[in-house]
Amino acid sequence: MASASATDNHMPGFFTRWFFSTNHKDIGVLYLIFAIFTGLVGGALSGLIRWELAEPGIQLFREGGIVQQLGIVEASKHGFNVTVTAHALIMVFFVVMPATMGGFANYFTPIMIGAPDMAFPRLNNISFWMLVAAFIMLSMSLFVDGGPGRGFGGGWTAYPPLSTMGHTGPSFDMAIFALHIAGISSILGSINFITTIFNMRAPGMTLHRMPLFAWGVLITAFLLLLSLPVLAGAITMLLTDRNFGTSFFDPAGGGDPVMYQHLFWFFGHPEVYIMILPGFGMISHIVSTFSKKPIFGYLAMAYAMVAIGFIGFIVWAHHMYTVGMSIELRTYFVAATMIIAVPTGVKIFSWIATMWGGSLTFKTPMLWAIGFIFLFTVGGVTGVVLSNAGMDYSLHDTYYVVAHFHYVLSLGAVFSIFAGFYYWFEKMFGVKYNEFLGQLHFWVMFVGVNVIFFPQHFLGLQGMPRRYIDYPEAYTLWNQVSSYGYLITIVGVGIFLIMLLEAAIRRRPGEANPWGEGATTLEWTLSSPPPHHQFNELPVVKADDHH
Amino acid sequence: MSGDVNAKKAARKNWIAIACVFGVMAMTGAAFAAVPLYRLFCQVTGFGGTVSQAVEAPKEVLDQMVTIHFDTNVRNLPMTFVPEQTTQRVRIGETGMAYFKVKNTSNEPIHATAAYNVVPDKAGPYFQKLQCFCFEGQEIAPGAEVVFPVQYFVAPEMATDREGRGIKEITLSYTFYPTKGFDPAV
Repeated sequence: MASASATDNHMPGFFTRWFFSTNHKDIGVLYLIFAIFTGLVGGALSGLIRWELAEPGIQLFREGGIVQQLGIVEASKHGFNVTVTAHALIMVFFVVMPATMGGFANYFTPIMIGAPDMAFPRLNNISFWMLVAAFIMLSMSLFVDGGPGRGFGGGWTAYPPLSTMGHTGPSFDMAIFALHIAGISSILGSINFITTIFNMRAPGMTLHRMPLFAWGVLITAFLLLLSLPVLAGAITMLLTDRNFGTSFFDPAGGGDPVMYQHLFWFFGHPEVYIMILPGFGMISHIVSTFSKKPIFGYLAMAYAMVAIGFIGFIVWAHHMYTVGMSIELRTYFVAATMIIAVPTGVKIFSWIATMWGGSLTFKTPMLWAIGFIFLFTVGGVTGVVLSNAGMDYSLHDTYYVVAHFHYVLSLGAVFSIFAGFYYWFEKMFGVKYNEFLGQLHFWVMFVGVNVIFFPQHFLGLQGMPRRYIDYPEAYTLWNQVSSYGYLITIVGVGIFLIMLLEAAIRRRPGEANPWGEGATTLEWTLSSPPPHHQFNELPVVKADDHH
Repeated sequence: MSGDVNAKKAARKNWIAIACVFGVMAMTGAAFAAVPLYRLFCQVTGFGGTVSQAVEAPKEVLDQMVTIHFDTNVRNLPMTFVPEQTTQRVRIGETGMAYFKVKNTSNEPIHATAAYNVVPDKAGPYFQKLQCFCFEGQEIAPGAEVVFPVQYFVAPEMATDREGRGIKEITLSYTFYPTKGFDPAV
């Protein structure tokens, strides 16, 4: 029976299925496995950072220290910078983006809009394997000479002259190449999503009836398409400045290092929305499902994302208030940045309004979603503080900034990923997870990450600068608390892995729709896991269908 | 679904993808176009302390004084480069004259250009030069000592503009760098 249905499905053999995959669901699963693996790597790197910073002085990154015994990064101050840089690059390009735009978007966008697959399935396969190649390239850059030592330690922003004259070794060239490949992978992916969403929606699935997650993916794809080429251009200029004697960013040849910052942040700011917009979509579905109500203000929610995406392109210089811009320019960037709080507020309040008067059940995905809303709001509030150029003059490059962007990304984006993971776990893998382990995972992580990052606000306000291996003794207390938070978080990650193992061993068969009447999008009309090829008969979407 | 609709969809699919590729190419082009545009923007607005070249001195001279500091740097060149004066006090609008002494300490001729800038950055639009050795590349013979004059003024608008008001000191900085055989990695 099993083999008969497999032939009906045209299910290929193991190697063909997973290595030559053109099926959007299989590629989505591959992306998720990749993101879990890289997430553990990036998380381990942050562990080295927190461990080193648990006490003043240099404990790990010295001769005879633990880092030297591990041997992955150099046991020196440069090695610490390399660790910080690699942590950031891995988390941004190889964890959050693959999980949201690679994993969930690939798996669920076609299903949600009623399409049989992505528009260009083979391109999809290329996107995934290019990302793997890019990750290998970036990992290798850790082991070759960077200039001041082994690896590149110039931060994920890679500002010149530190990234040009400061790192003369081949390591950063390899990192640039890794980013090029990862960028091409994401651009191909976003072309695929845009084409799929514009061209392959089921009959009756107009844009204004499209689920919010698909909206999030569509807008994110546009942001990727328009911002990544600018990053590619900027790092190509770095590459030629380093190797071919150009001076795009070298004043001695008529260049300007500040121009790199403008180019980088023209990409960098949309990038932070790239990481969060698919999450916004997921949270909308989850909040609606577990409130048993359609999402409040559907159109406003969709266009709030459009507005966030658009404004994201015209606020970049708020990352560089301290480069000496005129008061008029700073005024503009302060005002434009604060305006982002309006569409973001529309989203937060609409989620709360969806829950208001709803029939709430606090299953694991809902806990993560509410956790997301809370943490993202905290990060958003500190973001409004930082958007003031006057405040930023004193808080620039302190731990306050670190706390801010970890609240919106490490806690915000990652919580949305976990929310989506639990929400669709049964759908994707066809087995149920253990509800107790899922909830325990949430609570331990929630406490852990808050203990890590909340004290960093205090450190920042006290003036502790980021990206240093050491600090004066006055900062000891909150650094220690922050490092204890990391230990709690490790326990949380451990529970997550146990949860995966438990579900894989027990294999409780999943239902088509475990969430009941609240789950209204098309993926819940299919079996769990969905057939290898879904929608032989295209679904027809009617005007009064909820989404 | 009829084959006709499918064919139409397949064609549309390619057009959407091609449009996306054009979008990517346009943005890549825009990234590189930003280089000359940014330079133009700095020159026009004096953004980031870019000093502009003036044709004639202003007619109006104010009583208000401003202190000019001079800073000199050499990058990868066998030469000494010092200002003959470390500071000057001039009236706003008045044309000042500063001298810089350059000595080639090697046995080879030096081909060099001076990059220049002022701080604070917001003084960029007001600090202007009538004559400067930095407008073009210089050739300095082996062992030769040359004195370069610079003619400059601070535009009277500085005293009244919202941005410029309150600037009491301006630092003018030069860096000589080799024009020929320049290797930025060194």
